[in-house]
Amino acid sequence: MTTAVRARVASTLKYLSLIVASLVVLLPLGVVLLTSLKTSDELAAGSGPLTPPGDWFNLANYVTAFEKGRMAEAALNTFVILVVSITGTVFIGSAAAYAIDRFHFRLKKLIVGLFLFATLVPSITTQVTTFQVIDQLGLFNTRLAPIALYLGTDIVAIYIFLQFIRSIPISVDEAARLDGASSFAIYRKIILPLLKPAIATVVIVKGIAVYNDFYIPFLYMPDQGLGTISTSLFRFKGPFGAHWENISAGAILVIVPTLAVFLLLQRFIYNGLTQGAAK
Amino acid sequence: MTPISSSLRRGPAGGTRLQDAARHSRQRPRRRWRQGLTPWLFLLVPLALLITFSYVPIINMIVYSFTDWDGVSPDYTFTGLENYVEIFTRPELFRVFVASAYYLGAAVLQIVLALYFATVLSFNTRFRNLFKGILFFPYLINGVAIGFVFLYFFQEGGTFDTVLRLFGVGGEHLWLGDPDLVNYSLAGVSVWRYMGLNFVLFLGAIQSIAPELYEAAELDGANRWQQFRFIIVPSLRPLIGLTAILAISGCLSVFEIPYIMTGGAGASETFVIQTIKLAFRFDKTGLASAAAVVLLVIILLVTWLQRRIVPEERVTS
Repeated sequence: MTTAVRARVASTLKYLSLIVASLVVLLPLGVVLLTSLKTSDELAAGSGPLTPPGDWFNLANYVTAFEKGRMAEAALNTFVILVVSITGTVFIGSAAAYAIDRFHFRLKKLIVGLFLFATLVPSITTQVTTFQVIDQLGLFNTRLAPIALYLGTDIVAIYIFLQFIRSIPISVDEAARLDGASSFAIYRKIILPLLKPAIATVVIVKGIAVYNDFYIPFLYMPDQGLGTISTSLFRFKGPFGAHWENISAGAILVIVPTLAVFLLLQRFIYNGLTQGAAK
Repeated sequence: MTPISSSLRRGPAGGTRLQDAARHSRQRPRRRWRQGLTPWLFLLVPLALLITFSYVPIINMIVYSFTDWDGVSPDYTFTGLENYVEIFTRPELFRVFVASAYYLGAAVLQIVLALYFATVLSFNTRFRNLFKGILFFPYLINGVAIGFVFLYFFQEGGTFDTVLRLFGVGGEHLWLGDPDLVNYSLAGVSVWRYMGLNFVLFLGAIQSIAPELYEAAELDGANRWQQFRFIIVPSLRPLIGLTAILAISGCLSVFEIPYIMTGGAGASETFVIQTIKLAFRFDKTGLASAAAVVLLVIILLVTWLQRRIVPEERVTS
């Protein structure tokens, strides 16, 4: 084979592999989209998964899923938990990172070690006893339970902030201190504004994790009225049983906001995850 | 978390100078005492949360693992190592690790695929961003939604069977009901879900390799495979090590997808599902805690081994 032919074969194989992979990703999602647009009669009549719906604009299933699935309530609950825990994580993480990087104090090594070790313990292993703690604090079945857990167990955020604070020259702090600024003023007026890129990373990583989390709301907020996006969708399993047209509509309803945010913030999401995981 | 820990241990560059400055200015004792207090004010909330939600549960877990507590009644008795003996002598409690093996296989496949696609897409390819977006997107999707999507996908005579028939592979399979098949199906879902994340991390690392390296290699007559083998793989080694360790602890703590899709029934039961069932359905908090301690020890051991085997190295490029 000449090199030109070989290059062409290689290129064909490359595109073929990319197309196959894309199909593998898109097919399961596409089929659910098709199903969500079909009527229950169509499904009962044995419409195959790959058959297009009779009416491409049949949105009745979405209305049912949205209303009976209490999705408005779920979206509100998720939003509240998301905003409070992200804001809290930013302040708590940056404050801890500021204290660790800019001060010398007794027991510092021990404290850094405590934060470090906690990252090695998968939170899922301690869930049985974490449950007792939440219960004893009286937080069970309140929105505060997931908020407290998202705030208390996010150690990765501290590391992300630590990386960035380290790159802020200490002379900036010293100059401000000579001008009479207190440590709190330095943190609030100098460090926080300079941490903007790190905050973006934390907001993205945390936002994805909280929006998609199933485990914590499922275990700590079983109350019907406290459903989040994940747990409300999970409850579709009961009342809708085998009504795949409704379940599909519910799943698509949950996926669409993610897709919209992804398309809008693509670049930031990639950067955020790379920095969050690899640094 | 390997790279993080190393940079932490290196210690901060700043701090000292500030403190020295404070010492030189010979402040009055009260002022100095207040300065010593400042870092603790910043650490108050983070530390309180860390202790309440990480360390109290860990310590309680270890204590409960030596008791027969049911999680409800006010009292319990210490039973020594009984729970641990039970875990290691009841084979059905160990059976759950069989499921982990499938996910470990899936993780290997996932890393290989991610490496391949990251390499392919870091060189000139048409529709690069489109392919990148498609391959990555599943990682962002809600786990419950993914569970439902694949419950439908794997139905008898459903999408998967229909597609297989298009390729001439006939028959209807109980992809989620057959104990021989269920873990392949579920592990497949985990590849579908997480491959994109690994791929994006690898892509980021490959793109931070200096382009001169490839140019120099090309001048020396290296082909694409040699470039991959001698430039890309070495510079990704720390990240591959990190991914491997996350994969191992990940495949031991699989919960969401099997719980949503099969309820963790039969062969698809994983370690975490079993522990949760022991604790919350069968009220065996003591036994569940011992199981969790065993899992924790395994994960710490793996992390330690990984650090020994793949020493941290800064890649000079």
